[in-house]
Order: sequence, then structure tokens, then C-alpha cells
Amino acid sequence: MTWDWAFAFEIFPRILQGVGVTIGATFSAFAISLTLGLVLTLLRRSSFKPLSLTVAGIIEFIRVTPPLVQLFFVYFAFDMGPFLTGAIVLGVHYSTYVSEVYRSGINSVPKSQWEASRALNFSPVQTWRKVVLPQAIPPIIPMLGNYLIILFKETPLLMGIYVTEMMMIARSIGAETYRFLEPITIVGFIFLVLSYPCALFIRYLERKSGQIPGSAEKGVKA
Amino acid sequence: MFTNIDTFLPYILGGLTTTVQAFLFGAVLAYSIAIVAGLARTSRLAIVRGVATVFVELFRGTSLLVQMFFFAFAFPALMPFTMSTFIAGGLALGLNYGAYASEVVRGAVLAVPKGQKEAAISLNMSKFQTMRRVVLPQAFRLMLPGLGNNAIELLKGTSLVYFISLADMTFNANILRSSNTSLVSQVEIYTYLLLVYFVLALPLVFLTRWLEKRASKGVSTA
Repeated sequence: MTWDWAFAFEIFPRILQGVGVTIGATFSAFAISLTLGLVLTLLRRSSFKPLSLTVAGIIEFIRVTPPLVQLFFVYFAFDMGPFLTGAIVLGVHYSTYVSEVYRSGINSVPKSQWEASRALNFSPVQTWRKVVLPQAIPPIIPMLGNYLIILFKETPLLMGIYVTEMMMIARSIGAETYRFLEPITIVGFIFLVLSYPCALFIRYLERKSGQIPGSAEKGVKA
Repeated sequence: MFTNIDTFLPYILGGLTTTVQAFLFGAVLAYSIAIVAGLARTSRLAIVRGVATVFVELFRGTSLLVQMFFFAFAFPALMPFTMSTFIAGGLALGLNYGAYASEVVRGAVLAVPKGQKEAAISLNMSKFQTMRRVVLPQAFRLMLPGLGNNAIELLKGTSLVYFISLADMTFNANILRSSNTSLVSQVEIYTYLLLVYFVLALPLVFLTRWLEKRASKGVSTA
């Protein structure tokens, strides 16, 4: 069997219909992980030990178990739609990574900044909002961007709970026509075309802010 | 609830061998590729660097699940020989995580201070000697924590072989679920599955923590 251009052009629009779902799921999940990630970071910093230890344990559990199994768990335990389940599960899974990124950002704010806020009689909320977070967030934006791209490439997992994203469509085309080469290659191509420019842009941001190469890659603790 | 542990858990563990085999196959392949591709990307020869870069970007830019489907369903149609689904799954895992891990290797090699290389040159060491006696021993220490995290990601990634019908733990759990459709049983099955993955990941988590601690111990950072 060889590559069939006519067939490829025929199925390309059909696969492209799934791009919207893929991108929608990516951004919904990313919004959840940015918000929940910050909450997790703050809870983990709590001086009340039982709370911070429990949160640390939950983060570790979510982090080291497969997102696919988490998808199945939530899909069959709660009666939510597949898309909503997918966005929530991927969002919660990546919030544990994002919270590590926030943590590294917060830790890089010098201690004297906290002391200065204290000396100026800032309330804790003011300290966070006006002093710490404005200095902690900008340096970690490239790392957060990296997780957005990684999240984007995790979305094919959603076909496990019957979300009709690109990979799901490609598989059904394969099952109908017994031709897998073209649909799968097209999906890979679309992923590459969408993610590579973003990756280049993030590397440019990283270089500008003087990050160590590879420091925010998948599998590396921030 | 949680009353069927004596029938559910052994059935899920029936897939343990496949999960562990896929993990080991993937890990050996991934780390071999990581060293070769990571070093190739720091090569002075543009052609070597170019080939390695294309490989790494291709496998990082398309999604793991897409690659797994490609090797399992599209690749056999292109090639004159047949390949078992296990080999296909292992290849996808190894190549994908190898591409990610090669970035860790590259980052570590680049993080060795330039003065070290210059000192080696002034001592009249050959390029090979410089690499073997000066750069790699220092880079190795830096890359271990990253590679440890990579192993955890790889273990999570093995659950994806479910999609290409390899009878791993996730696959077995889904068979159980299709014959035990009550909500209570479904929650029970996936809880066990999550716990088994967590227990499998724990040694890797502790190993990575230990490596992280060791990497920064007894070494001058200046």
C-alpha cells in the first residue's frame, strides 16, 4: 500500500473538523490548570502542616498516575459529558505540573521582597497581589507555554472516552476504509504544524529571559 | 463498596507483565536514543545536528498516541515485513520519550561551564578525551533527575498501549468494566488500577528525589 493523494485530500476536511474540539479541549483544560495550579501552590505553602502535606500527597498521586486511567475513572464514576470530563481531567492533571512551575516562580522572588512588604505593613493579600505574583509570574510564562503545548499533544487521549477530536475521526476513517496510513499521518501533520511554531515562539521567549535550555521540558521538574 | 478486591485485583494484575515489559522496552530504547540524539544535537557538524534536530522535533511535535497508531496500523502497510503490536507500542514509547529525554541530555551537556572545555583544550586533551573525562561525568550528574522524571512519564505513557489492544493493566480493567457495569464496580475497578500505577511509580519517585538530592551534594557550584 502506498500513499494515495486523492484519498488524503478527500479525508483532510473531515479530520480538520476535529481541530476545533482539540483546541477547545486544550484551552479549557489549560484554563482549569492555571487556576487550580495556583490554588494548589498556595495550599501547599500553608503553615498548617496537615493541610499542606495532604495537598502535597494529592498532587503526587495525580502526577504519577496515567491521565488515561484518570479519564476512565471520572468518565465512569460521574455522569458528565465526554468533553467536560476530558477538559476537567486533563486540567486537573496538568494543574499539578503547573503548580510546580508557580512554586519555582514564587521561590525565585527574593526574601527581602517579603520583608519589605512586611515593613510597609502590607496585608498578606496585598503582598501576594502587589509584590510577589507580579514578580513571580512573568519569568515562568515560557514554562507555562510549554505545558500548554504538552497539553495540546495529550488531547488524543480523549478518544478513549469518545470525544470526537481529530484522532477519533482518523480512527473511524481507518476502520471504515481499512486505510490507516493517510488519516494518521494527516493528524500527525496537523499536530506538528500547530505545535511547532508555538514551540519556536516559546523558545524565543525562553532565550530572552535567559532560561536554561530544556529546563521546562516534559519530564523535567521546573 | 470495595468488596470484590479478590476477583478484580488479580484480573487487573494479569496485565502487569505487559505493562512492565512495555515500560522496560520503552526505557531501554528511550535512553539509548536520548544519549545518541542529545549528543548529536551538540555536535559541531551541521549535518549531524540537522538530522538529530529533525528527529527530535518530529517526535516531540506529533503526539505519542498518533505515533503509536502510526507504528501499529500504518507502518505495517508500508513495510514488507510484519511487526507485532508490542514492538509497535514499544517503538512509539521509546522514540517519543527518547526525543524528550534527548533534550535533558542536551541541556545537561550545555550546562557544563565553558571553562571546563577550555581547560581540557589547554591540557592538550583530544576531543574524545574532553567529552569522556571532563564534560560527560559532570553532565551525567545534571541529567539524572531529569531522566528519572522521564521514567515516571514513560510509565504513565504505557497505559496508551490499551488503544492498540495490548493486554496491559488498563486494557484488562476495561474488560472487567464491560462485564461489571454497576457504578460501584466501575469506581472500584478504576480505583484499584490507579492505586497499582501509583505503587509502581513510587520507587521511581523516590529514586528521582534521591538523585535530585545527590546531584547537588558535595559539589562546588561556582
